[in-house]
Amino acid sequence: MNVEAVRAIYTFEMARWGRTLMQSILSPVLSTSLYFIVFGAAIGSRITQIDGISYGAFIVPGLIMLMLLTESTSNASFGIYFPRFAGTIYELLSAPISPLEIVLGYVGAAATKSVILGLIILATASLFVPIRIAHPVWMLGFLVLTAVTFSLFGFIIGVWADGFEKLQVIPMLVLTPLTFLGGTFYSIKMLPPFWQTVTLFNPIVYLINGFRWSFYEVSDVNIAVALGMTLGFLAVCLLAVWWIFKTGYRIKA
Amino acid sequence: MNPIISVKDVAKTYASGHVALKTVNLDIREREIFALLGPNGAGKTTLISIICGIVNPTSGTITVDGHDVARDYRACRSMIGLVPQELSTEMFETVWATVSFSRGLFGKKKNPAFIEKVLRDLSLWDKKDSRIMTLSGGMKRRVLIAKALAHEPRILFLDEPTAGVDVELRKDMWDIVRELRAGGVTVILTTHYIEEAEEMADRVGVITKGELILVQEKTELMHKLGKKQLTLELQQPLAAIPPALVAHKLELAPGGGALVFTYDTHADRTGITALLNDMREAGIGFKDLATSQSSLEDIFVDLVRHSK
Ligand SMILES: Nc1ncnc2c1ncn2[C@@H]1O[C@H](COP(=O)(O)OP(=O)(O)OP(=O)(O)O)[C@@H](O)[C@H]1O
Ligand SMILES: [Mg+2]
Repeated sequence: MNVEAVRAIYTFEMARWGRTLMQSILSPVLSTSLYFIVFGAAIGSRITQIDGISYGAFIVPGLIMLMLLTESTSNASFGIYFPRFAGTIYELLSAPISPLEIVLGYVGAAATKSVILGLIILATASLFVPIRIAHPVWMLGFLVLTAVTFSLFGFIIGVWADGFEKLQVIPMLVLTPLTFLGGTFYSIKMLPPFWQTVTLFNPIVYLINGFRWSFYEVSDVNIAVALGMTLGFLAVCLLAVWWIFKTGYRIKA
Repeated sequence: MNPIISVKDVAKTYASGHVALKTVNLDIREREIFALLGPNGAGKTTLISIICGIVNPTSGTITVDGHDVARDYRACRSMIGLVPQELSTEMFETVWATVSFSRGLFGKKKNPAFIEKVLRDLSLWDKKDSRIMTLSGGMKRRVLIAKALAHEPRILFLDEPTAGVDVELRKDMWDIVRELRAGGVTVILTTHYIEEAEEMADRVGVITKGELILVQEKTELMHKLGKKQLTLELQQPLAAIPPALVAHKLELAPGGGALVFTYDTHADRTGITALLNDMREAGIGFKDLATSQSSLEDIFVDLVRHSK
């Protein structure tokens, strides 16, 4: 194991993040806070409660999830896309380093950033709405698992993308809509039966409900299924990354 | 002595179907400076990229100090430093950060004193806190060299180190390479410039259209270069070289109007006097004479043309 290399990539990536601290922390924190204010305060005063939880508090886990998914994906995708774009990937390929170590460095750094962001947003949210965390360990578990899974997913996108605009496509056109439709702002029990069934095909429903359960012990889906879905997606991403390095897809001629 | 790098039957066909290398065999000796000379698109970068693990070979094997580059990639790659042809850098990073990163990537513990030495040797020390994008092209080239040296490699690949570099910097670059070799590093460089190969290399390999058509000691090449030709325009054309002159290294020019004598300028006796004496005795007169010398350039152009 080339520990020095993993450390080098990890610290290099974290430093890159540190240089752009304003935009990388402030902007997600700000936009998520705006949701609390607009949805929690304005709409919450009319909806009052879902499953016995105040509306403002109900939407917090979903909003953290939204940020976690988009930030993990775009962070990790940029981390590996940029060396490909700038040509500096030659160094990574010529270094005595295994695919596992490359992934540990890049995905580890991206996931760390997302987890930190998630915790900052959680702290910010608690300033606006009363938050109760019933299962802190599970909460952290879901947070880390989701951050790692979607950082891996972002890594795959970063290898696949052949232009900067493609890096944005998946977070913007797939993840954000799916999160909005996945019960961030409502319980899917509030939907008509047909749409309830359709929504169950949205994998993000399971992530949000698993995460929300760790706060308030309420969930629209079976919690074991939620955990299984997350682990399943993690496995799919791992397999894809393994295949990328085995075939050299888009990184090695 | 065992070669430090051994390339056996390596071929590369890119996904596009382009054959970039056709069965290349090459041994690099430890501590030598080897120049790979060839025109654009010859396959120099491809060959280097395959040895360094950036491009997968279509077939063939490579060993570095006895280790197979595919199976034993860690051992191989930690010995090798690569300065790529393109000026690919982490534009937004500082010189210090990017060079330290390279050292870590190659599994070496932090060593600020060593990084400082590398930067000083390359006259980069006063730029250590500058962002790379603010540096000139020549300075960026030095940063790439510093990155390649940061992990103390035993083998250094320089892919066209002097492309787009002014005369001053080129001389600097040559000094750096010589110093490295003196420190025990094996250097493989590619170049389009014959003077560069002539100036720097112990051995020269000529590659064109994916084929290594010649590998030779530079001194041997220089020896060829030292050959001169004396052309004697005859008064009367000859049908064949007369018996009185067969002892000399002579050739009859097409048409029989001239005799061409090849001699070595480095030899104690060129044999010109003896030839002229013999010609006078045989009664062969000449109306004009000219000498010419073939340069490495001529040899090179000749080789490339013949391989077409
Ligand atoms: N990734 C690739 N896909 C397809 N063809 C490629 C690729 N890389 C290089 N080639 C082709 O392979 C041939 C050899 O290229 P290479 O870069 O090895 O040449 P070179 O000798 O380094 O040339 P130069 O002196 O211009 O740097 C060229 O014809 C080039 O177009
Ligand atoms: Mg080249």
